[in-house]
Amino acid sequence: MSANPTTMSPPSIDDENIRPAGLIALASRLWAVLFLIALIVFFSIVAPGFFDLFNFQAVGANMAVLLVLGLGQTFVIISAGIDLSTGFVMGLSSVASALVMQGLTGYPLPVIIFAGLAMALLIGLAAGAVNGALVAYMRVPPFIATLGTLSVAQGVAYVLSGGPPVSIATRGLGFFGNGFLAYFHPEAGLSILGLPEGVSGAAVRDVMGFFPLQVVYIVILAAFFGWLLGRTRFGRHVYAVGGNPKAASRAGIPLEWTLFRIYVLCSTSAALAGFLYVLRFNGGVANAGDALMLSSVAAIAIGGASMLGGQGRILGTIVGALVIAVIQNGLVILGIDPFWQYVAVGAVIIMAVLVDQAKGRFFP
Amino acid sequence: MSPLATETRTAPASIPQGPHPEGLAPVLRCRKLTKRFGGLVAVDQVDFDVYPGETVALLGDNGAGKSTLIQTVAGVHRPDGGSIELDGKEVEIRSPLQARDLGIETVFQDLALCDNLGAAENIFLGRELPGKAYRFLPGLNEARMRSEAKSVLSELHINIRNLDAPVRTLSGGQRQATAIARAVYWKARLMIMDEPTAALGVPEQKKVLSLIEALKARGVPVIVISHNMQDVFEVADRLFIMRRGRAVADLRAADTNANEVVRLMVG
Repeated sequence: MSANPTTMSPPSIDDENIRPAGLIALASRLWAVLFLIALIVFFSIVAPGFFDLFNFQAVGANMAVLLVLGLGQTFVIISAGIDLSTGFVMGLSSVASALVMQGLTGYPLPVIIFAGLAMALLIGLAAGAVNGALVAYMRVPPFIATLGTLSVAQGVAYVLSGGPPVSIATRGLGFFGNGFLAYFHPEAGLSILGLPEGVSGAAVRDVMGFFPLQVVYIVILAAFFGWLLGRTRFGRHVYAVGGNPKAASRAGIPLEWTLFRIYVLCSTSAALAGFLYVLRFNGGVANAGDALMLSSVAAIAIGGASMLGGQGRILGTIVGALVIAVIQNGLVILGIDPFWQYVAVGAVIIMAVLVDQAKGRFFP
Repeated sequence: MSPLATETRTAPASIPQGPHPEGLAPVLRCRKLTKRFGGLVAVDQVDFDVYPGETVALLGDNGAGKSTLIQTVAGVHRPDGGSIELDGKEVEIRSPLQARDLGIETVFQDLALCDNLGAAENIFLGRELPGKAYRFLPGLNEARMRSEAKSVLSELHINIRNLDAPVRTLSGGQRQATAIARAVYWKARLMIMDEPTAALGVPEQKKVLSLIEALKARGVPVIVISHNMQDVFEVADRLFIMRRGRAVADLRAADTNANEVVRLMVG
């Protein structure tokens, strides 16, 4: 097609950025945050007991596993891929690390915890290497490659566990999953990482916990993933690969190696989610993350990532996970059948996609 | 051999010879460069030189072999015969990345920009400057990249207000300028532009042509592929015309006119 200057589209002024009307653009970018605030206000009014520090701490602890699954998946989605296997990689990791920890019963607690964590990481690296090799080097579409891994991980998890949960009966383990960073008792005072001295029996009920450890873990992990995505060369390449792989490769970005690392990262975060599950429930189960894969993708979508790649942020995923966790928590407090939460979350996902499309239409 | 075949064979020897600057060594020197695709000889023993600071328009009808010639120099294709010299040294160009490392920057027709990233991010794509994140972690030197991007853009008289805005929100001319600024920043020894004005409105075409002038002023030779005769005569010092894979003319722009060029292109 030769260019004929007379038939060109009207010229635009070239030193003028095409700028969306400021306020609407800001609102459309921040809609998830606004929606989260609206949800919190709504439940605070209609659900007695919702607006309460201890309830908020529970929301934070409850969303830990979902968020950690979403942290790695955010990288995959920005790279224009999808990892369907995270739910069962998480299940497999929970079973494998629970088995190791169960086998080490009687050893000192730190040994048990580190062995469990190492096992979980090993599962994550292995699953990620398989996904990464398939997607990056063998060019299998991510949907198919990770569907295969999903099934393999599911099968291995059931074979290892035999079906029922693998439980660990080591004293003190529960603290790492359900404990708090700080405790306060009206008489015994403040203590860090453990109940105040001399508190036992019925007095335990008067102890208040602050900063659930699950929240501490996700703050650390989210900070790490946020740094990796937002502030490093690798993170920049993730966006480039998702935005225009051809351009990225012409610019000298190693396409395959970048994709490979993205999938390893995603499976590793799924395996860490499995380990958090083990700490929380003192056991592992094959289908621990079954329903969570889609919820984590939902959180990412609500957080403003584009399913076509190239766009998304860790902060967005955190907001998305909070939206889902608040809806679940609010509905439970209201005494509404918990199954309705799926309907509510589904409606929010559809809304998120519509908002995203409207953004695209008004501000290309 | 039929007389007709003999005549075509001898054609390259009798092409109107271009006036090469006296006493200057060519930046790019292709000798008997040949590229075949199966039975098709897309580029047939072409001698092609580019001298410092000149703008050469590469012309030809569709299928004349100009894109193949340029893609061979840019490392997209590997030649089947002949040699390529850069600043007097014979080079083997195996990939687009290697071409870039040698200082051959190509602004492809599809620009090779990441639409989701900003202008500064695109200029430094794949060559990000390392720095600190949160003052203590390894990261990127965003401030320096932004200021360098700003200065290279302003050197080229390009005004992009928000260097962080995704380049898909920029105009076609600004996008073209971003791609050119990337090449300039990384000190291109030779710049190749494939249809740089094809997708632009008239004022933006003018802007891109003035960018080519700015490159020329910096001594960077530019090879331009274009279908637009008006553009060609506006920026080119020399016209290199191809037909069915062979070089048919090498002319000073001042010595010819559009009619003659078209006649040479279609044969």
